[in-house]
Amino acid sequence: MTRAPKPVAPPAGGPARESAPAPATFAELMVTALWMELDAVERYRELADAMETHNNRAVAALFRKMTTIEERHARQIMQDMGWTTPPALPAGPLPWPGLESPESPSHDQVHYLMQPLDALKVALASEERAVRFFVALAHVATVPAVKRAARAMAEEEREHVALITAWMAKVPAADDHAPEDPDPPRYLD
Amino acid sequence: MHDATALPILPSGVSIAIAGSGGAGVMTAGTLLLAAAAKAGAYGLMVRTSGPQIRGGEAAALVRLAAHPVDSLDDAFDLLLALDWQNVQRFADEIPMRPTGLVVGDAAEGDAPAAYLATGARHAALPLKQIAKGIPKSWTNMVALGLAGACAGLPREALVAALADSWKRDADALAANTAAIDAGIAAAADLPRIARLPPLAPRTGRWVISGNEAAGLGAIRGGVRFVAAYPITPATELLEWMAPALAQVGGTLLQAEDELASINMIVGASFAGVPSLTATAGPGLALMTEGLGLAVGAEVPIVVVDVMRGGPSTGIPAKSEQSDLSYAVSGLHGDAPRLVLAPTSIVDCLATTQWAVYLAEALQAPAIVLSDQFMGQSRAIVDRPGDLGLVAERLTAAAGTSDYKRYRDTQSGVSPMALPGTPGLAYTADGLEKNEAGTPSSGARDHRAQLDKRERKLATFDYGERWADVEGDGPIAVITFGSSTSPVREALARARAGGVQARLVAMRLIAPARPEALERALEGVRHVLVVEQNHGAQFYRYLRGHFELPGRPESFHRPGPLPLKPAELAEAIVAAARRASPAAAPSVALA
Amino acid sequence: MTQTAIADAPRTCTPATFKSAVKPIWCPGCGDYSVLASVTRAFALLALAPEDVVVVSGIGCSSRIPAYTSCYGFHGVHGRALAAATGVKLARPELTVLCAGGDGDGYSIGGNHFLHACRRNVDLTYVVMDNHVYGMTKGQPSPTTEPDWDSKLAPGGTGVRAFHPLVIALASGANFVARAFSGDPNGTAQILAQAIRHPGFSFVEILSPCVTFRPDQRTWKDLVHPAPVAETDDPARAARRVMTDDGFNVGVLYAGSRTPYPLGPRTASTAVAALDDGFAA
Repeated sequence: MTRAPKPVAPPAGGPARESAPAPATFAELMVTALWMELDAVERYRELADAMETHNNRAVAALFRKMTTIEERHARQIMQDMGWTTPPALPAGPLPWPGLESPESPSHDQVHYLMQPLDALKVALASEERAVRFFVALAHVATVPAVKRAARAMAEEEREHVALITAWMAKVPAADDHAPEDPDPPRYLD
Repeated sequence: MHDATALPILPSGVSIAIAGSGGAGVMTAGTLLLAAAAKAGAYGLMVRTSGPQIRGGEAAALVRLAAHPVDSLDDAFDLLLALDWQNVQRFADEIPMRPTGLVVGDAAEGDAPAAYLATGARHAALPLKQIAKGIPKSWTNMVALGLAGACAGLPREALVAALADSWKRDADALAANTAAIDAGIAAAADLPRIARLPPLAPRTGRWVISGNEAAGLGAIRGGVRFVAAYPITPATELLEWMAPALAQVGGTLLQAEDELASINMIVGASFAGVPSLTATAGPGLALMTEGLGLAVGAEVPIVVVDVMRGGPSTGIPAKSEQSDLSYAVSGLHGDAPRLVLAPTSIVDCLATTQWAVYLAEALQAPAIVLSDQFMGQSRAIVDRPGDLGLVAERLTAAAGTSDYKRYRDTQSGVSPMALPGTPGLAYTADGLEKNEAGTPSSGARDHRAQLDKRERKLATFDYGERWADVEGDGPIAVITFGSSTSPVREALARARAGGVQARLVAMRLIAPARPEALERALEGVRHVLVVEQNHGAQFYRYLRGHFELPGRPESFHRPGPLPLKPAELAEAIVAAARRASPAAAPSVALA
Repeated sequence: MTQTAIADAPRTCTPATFKSAVKPIWCPGCGDYSVLASVTRAFALLALAPEDVVVVSGIGCSSRIPAYTSCYGFHGVHGRALAAATGVKLARPELTVLCAGGDGDGYSIGGNHFLHACRRNVDLTYVVMDNHVYGMTKGQPSPTTEPDWDSKLAPGGTGVRAFHPLVIALASGANFVARAFSGDPNGTAQILAQAIRHPGFSFVEILSPCVTFRPDQRTWKDLVHPAPVAETDDPARAARRVMTDDGFNVGVLYAGSRTPYPLGPRTASTAVAALDDGFAA
C-alpha cells in the first residue's frame, strides 16, 4: 500500500462563495474532488488526535478510520488521474459554497463525550453534503465531460454514504443521556 | 538509621482514590463521598487532581476519612477505584497504595497499571459500567460512590442522603442513581476488606469548606467590603465565592484588568476608608510588588491573599508548594516592613485571614496571607469555627483634631488616619518619603523617623498568643508553617507514641520577625528541625537570618508538587532527635 | 503577491511542515484548532522556513499555540507577549515574528502593551483568538464579553461596555487591521498571509468560539459575514467603517502605509576603544 499523498501546496483562493461556480474542465473538477478528500483527511486526523487527548478512545479510533478511508479515496482519484502529486487548486475563490469543504466535518460538531454513533452521524452528514455538492455541480455544469464526472463523483459519494450507514448499524446505540459531564472544568494556568 | 515505618501505627482513617476519565464524574463522586461522610459523623478531606485538559481528561478525587479531624493526606491509600484506566497512571506518584490496600477496576476497561500494584496491593475487577447500564438513567460514578462508601464503612443512609441533597435533575434519575448506589454497596460486599471507619454517631455543628472559601469568609468577618482582583489559578475560587457574598453584605467585588490594577485599586479603596483585599498566586503577587510598596510607604492597610502554587514563574499552576515565603517577607525594594501571615490548616484560613484584616487595619500596613493550593482547593469536614470577634478597627482622626499630622511620629508608630470627607484634615497620601505632615521630604531626619515609625508599629504591637501554635515538649522542636503543619502534627504524634518527645511550633505570624517570642517558645529546646515544602529551604534561611536558634538547626525541605507525608517527616524527626541527644531518644519499639 | 503567484509558490512547503508532534490540549470543538491550521497554512503559503519564524504567546488556552508549531516559540507570562515579541523582532529583524494569545491575555492585562505595540508599528503580526471569555481560568468575563453575560465573578453581567479591538488598533496606529473567523480556515489563512506580508504592525482578530464556556457561540458561523466594503488604506475611511462594525464583519479593514518602526541595519561606526577618548582629562 502506498503512503497517503502529501499535499504540496495548500488550497489557494479567497473567500467562499454563496454557490460554487461550475468547473470549466473535467480536470478542474477532479482537482476539486481531490482537495475535498485531502481536506477531510486533515480534519479527521485533527479530530482523532483531539479525541485521543481527551481519552475518548472509541471515537478517536473511529475518526482515525475515517482518515484512512478518505486517504484511500484521495489516492484513488490521484491514481485514476495519473497524478503523482496533488495539483494546485486554481487561483480565485474556493470551489465550494460556504466556508469549509462540504466533506469535512466542522469543529463545532464534536464533543469530547460524543459516542461512536454520534461521530458516525457527523461523518454521514459530511458525505451527504458531498453528494449534494456534486449533484448541484452536475446540474450547473455545461461541459458534458464535467457533467458526467460530477454525476460519477456524486455516485461515489453515495457509496460512501451507504458505507457509513451500514457501519452505523453495527455500532451500539448511544446512551440515553446527552453528553454531560457532572464534573466541573479544571484550572490549569 | 531508624526505620520510622516501625513506629506504632496510629489510627489514621481510610484513604480512597476514585479515578477515571472525562464524563465519568469522579470529582462528583468524591464530593458526594465527603458529603456522605459528613452526614455520618466522620471527618474528612478531599483533594482533586487532574490531567492537562480543560475538561474531560483523566482525573482523580483523593478522599481521606477518619473519626477525628484530618487536614492532610495520609502516607498511602487503602482503596483505588478506577472507572477506567485511561492515563490514570499519571497519578501514580500521588496515589501510593498500601500493601494492605485494594485496587478495583472495571473488568471491561483493561488492567490496572503496574505502578499501582507494585507495593503488593490486592486487586479486583468489577463490571462497574455494566452495572450502571443495567439501571437505566444511572451513572457509573454513583455505583462507584456506593462501592467506595461501603468499603469505607459509611452507612447507606448517609450516601443516599448526600446524593439527594445535591440532586438538581428529575426524580426518576434520582431514583435510578440511588439504585446505582445500592448496586455499588452490594458489589462491595464481595471485595476484600480494607481499613474502615468505626461506627459513628451523626454529629451536628460541622461544615464542609475549602481553604479558599474559608479565607473569603474570614475576610468578610474581618470587615473587608471591597475586593479588586484578577483571576488566577488557584485563587479564583476565593473570588468566585466572595463576589456574591460581598454583594450580600453591602460590599463590592470588581474583576480588574490585571494585578497591577487590582493592587492599586485596593490601595485607593482603603485610602478612602474601606477595608480592602485581593487574592492572587505567585505570578500575580510578583506583579503587585510595587503596589504593596506603595501601601507600606503611604501607610494604607490592605490584605493580599497569596494562594501559593508551584513556582518559579508560571511553574505548576494546579499544584501546591510553599515557595513564595522569601518573596513575601523580603520582596519589596527599599526597607519595607510588612505583615506576613500563614494559616496552618483549611479551617484556619478563616481565622488567620480575619486576623490579617484586623492587623492590617490596626497597623495601617499591608498584610500578605500565605495560603496555598492544597489548602485553598481542598475541602474538609471541620467543626464549625467560632467567631474570633476581631473586626477591623482603624485608628482614624476625628473632625476637629487640632494640629493634625497624618504621619505623626507617635510612640506606637500608628498615627491616626483622616478619611476623605472629614473636614479640616485633608492630606495627600504618598509613596514618597515624607515629614510628619505628609509633605514629601528627602531629609535625613524625616527619612529616619518615618522608617523607624513604620518598623516600630509592627515590631512593638502586642500580637497575643495567635502568632504560633506551640504544642508539646521535648529536647527538639519542629518549626513549620502553612499546610506543612498538619502532616508534621501527625508525624509528631507517631514519634511521641514511639517515645520521641518533640515540640511543635507552627508559626502563623511570619513577619515581622519576633525573635523574643520564638526564643520563649523554644525554651528548653536544644535542637530544631525546620520543615517546609520548597526547594530552597526558604523558611529555614529566614529563621536563621532573623532569629536565634539553638544548636545546629536542621532543615527538611522538599518542593511540590507532592505533599509532605507523615511517614517521611516522622523519620526525619526521629533522626533529628537522635542527633540532638542519642541518650534522650530511646530505641523506638519495633512493631 | 498576486493570487496566481500564491498558487505557483514553491511546492516544498506544506502546512504539515509547521506542525509539531505535540497534540493540543484544547477541548474538541475549540476554534483554536482551526486557527492553528490557518497559521500553518499561512506559513506554507509564504514559503517560510520554520526556523526563521518565532511564535510568541502569553498565558491562556490560545497561548498554548507555540508548542503546537515546529517554529521557535516563546510561551511567556500573562499579557506580556507583545513586549517579548517586540524584543525578538528588534534583536533579530530578519525573523518573522507572530505574536498570539487570547482576548483576556491581549486586551485585559495586555491592554496597555496592545496600545503601544500598535503605536510603535514594529513589523510583526499579532493574532488574538477572541472567544469573549477567560477559558483557562474557568469562565470569567473578558474585555470583549457582552455586558449582560452572567458569570460567577460578575453575576448578572459586568454591565460594562465591551472593548472594540479594531477601533483601538486603528486609532493607536496599527498598519494592518483585520478580522477573521476560525470557522473559515482558508479565508483566515489568506488574511494571515497578507498580514504577515504587510509591513509594520499587523493585527488580526480571529473570532474563535469556546465550546466549553461559551456554547452559545455556535451561532457565530451564522452571524459572521464578509465585510460589505473592500479594504482601504485611508485611515479616515477605515475609522468611519469600523465605528458601525457589528463585531462580525470578516475581512481586512485597513492596510495602510504608516511608516514602520525602523529596524536597522545597525552598523558600528566607532571602535569600542575609541570611546575612551571622551574621558581623557
